[in-house]
Amino acid sequence: MEAVVASYLPIIIFLLVCIGIGAALLIAPFIVAYQSPDPEKLSAYECGFNAFDDARMKFDVRFYLVAILFIIFDLEVAFLFPWAVSFGELGMFGFWSMMVFLGVLTVGFIYEWRKGALEWD
Amino acid sequence: MFETYVLPGILILVHSLALLVVLLVFTAFILYADRKIWAAVMSRRGPNVVGPFGLLQSFADLLKFVIKEPIIPSGANKGIFLLAPLVSAVLALAAWAVIPVQQGWAVANINVGILFVFAVSALEVYGVIMAGWASNSKYPFLGALRSAAQMVSYEVSIGFVIVTVLLLVGSLNMTDIVLSQQDGLGTRLGLPNTLLDWHWLGLFPMFVIFFISALAETNRPPFDLVEAESELVAGHMIEYSSTPYMLFMLGEYIAILLMCALTVILFMGGWLPPFDFAPFTWLPGVFWFMFKLCLVFFMFAMVKTIVPRYRYDQLMRLGWKVFLPISLFMVVATAAFLKLTGWA
Amino acid sequence: MLLTGIAAAFFYMFAFIAVASSVMVVVARNPVHSVLYLILTFFNASALFVLTGAEFLGMILLAVYVGAVAVLFLFVVMMLEVNRVTFRKGIAEYAPIGVLVGVVIAAQLLIVVVGQSLAIEPSGTPALPTPDPAARPNTAALGDILYTDYVYFFQIAGLVLLVAMIGAIVLTLRDPRPHIKRQNIGEQVARDPEKAVELVDVESGKGL
Repeated sequence: MEAVVASYLPIIIFLLVCIGIGAALLIAPFIVAYQSPDPEKLSAYECGFNAFDDARMKFDVRFYLVAILFIIFDLEVAFLFPWAVSFGELGMFGFWSMMVFLGVLTVGFIYEWRKGALEWD
Repeated sequence: MFETYVLPGILILVHSLALLVVLLVFTAFILYADRKIWAAVMSRRGPNVVGPFGLLQSFADLLKFVIKEPIIPSGANKGIFLLAPLVSAVLALAAWAVIPVQQGWAVANINVGILFVFAVSALEVYGVIMAGWASNSKYPFLGALRSAAQMVSYEVSIGFVIVTVLLLVGSLNMTDIVLSQQDGLGTRLGLPNTLLDWHWLGLFPMFVIFFISALAETNRPPFDLVEAESELVAGHMIEYSSTPYMLFMLGEYIAILLMCALTVILFMGGWLPPFDFAPFTWLPGVFWFMFKLCLVFFMFAMVKTIVPRYRYDQLMRLGWKVFLPISLFMVVATAAFLKLTGWA
Repeated sequence: MLLTGIAAAFFYMFAFIAVASSVMVVVARNPVHSVLYLILTFFNASALFVLTGAEFLGMILLAVYVGAVAVLFLFVVMMLEVNRVTFRKGIAEYAPIGVLVGVVIAAQLLIVVVGQSLAIEPSGTPALPTPDPAARPNTAALGDILYTDYVYFFQIAGLVLLVAMIGAIVLTLRDPRPHIKRQNIGEQVARDPEKAVELVDVESGKGL
């Protein structure tokens, strides 16, 4: 476990330094810059109109569909990573095992293509 | 206690600070280069006032941003509104911890380096979504939605491209990925170690797909629909001013440089010299890394100036119906080739 | 096994933040804040995975859960914009069920922990000894067995993904709207001047 800490400690320290620099830049104008807020300045940008209704509106269900399909393909990629890494040690069985897995998912991919789930209109 | 924890800790801190300072200064000049290239293509002069040839323009901009009035809209969700630019910039910077710029020159040399970069770049979408939601304004919200769907769509093909490269490498470590390119296609044909050994030649279709997906992943023109000024004004960044706005821009450029660095590491041999004999080997690896980085960035800049913006349906079509099937096929084809010829 | 040294310090820090932020997921008044706390929980869970040496799982947790699943959650929560008053009204109603589920899980955990401390040492050598992390990295060790020794589980995972894909499409996709004009890029590119332009000689004084 000590070895793991030793190799990941730099990432944590690096992250802290990044947050430090970012936060310093973020806070700087609140200390340095001139501020005179007024209601017009603080209103949401709407090309000069007042907003008709709440900005957080309903949106097309296709955005969810894209997100769900992404999760599935991301998992597929996740399964491919260890396969690619130990590819040299895997025999033909390991190779065909992954081909079957990809084949099953290709069936799903063809289904969604034919159903028009990838159309964007 | 001091020997085992404090001393290495200070050393890491110094490394991190050095990398960040160099990276930020480099980004300042890359920004300047981007504007100059853009201007040159349009027959303009570009920034030419601050410093010799306008070289100090980015630093002047930094100063200007800091003394601008920061505005937080009254309807905004204050905490998340300010967190969004920070998340966006910090995540873009964080992935640089595992990028090796020369043999042994990485802040963290972890076993799963490429997976770490893949994971962190998947998170970059949060800066945009948080900004879009917290602003409580219509344009940012639309921009955030578009961005989430877009970044997510190209993430898949980037994943497949990385897997194809890994088939040839057999390790997730960034240094191993670079070193695996010391001998490749060229040496198998009986040539000495040259740039023909790098993965760009053997995996040329994947190189192209990776480059274009990288443009989409970083919301770079021609895929900048997130902030398409003709329709969404500035997308998720509309309500931002002063340094919060600057952090978004900084995050964007650092993410672009990260994608350039990934291209260099995966396909262009990282810090390896293009020809493995003198005088090319006299120069240190870090020079070659930077040189290749600038070369890839030049391509990014030229695409920005030359290619017109995609329409959203075309963008989604390209990601899901062109890149995804091609990259999936290439994974299978590469694996089958390696197994049949016995290369792996 | 008791942890000591700097690893223990990190373990307790990540574990504490994970528990605290998962409490905040339930307690937070704004559902968007809840999702953001959930993301923080995922982060710390991933750090705990890495700490036990499961680097691959830690990174995949980050990429899949934080990078994909939580994005979907955020989408849902952002769109619903749940009315906060009605959102909180249900808490008293569902509290008994929540407590029941909590008690059951706690009991199960207790059984596992107590059972483990009482368990007899397994006889013989284990079927698949854990390889030395220094000799074979975590990801490669996983790849060595996942596609051959555990092939059935692997294929079932593939089928589950297929079902999920089809299910998502069946649930969300409505019939495509009629009369919608779509771009056919192949047709567009294949067009040449001969198909696109028609030359007609028009006699003067007459229309077409």
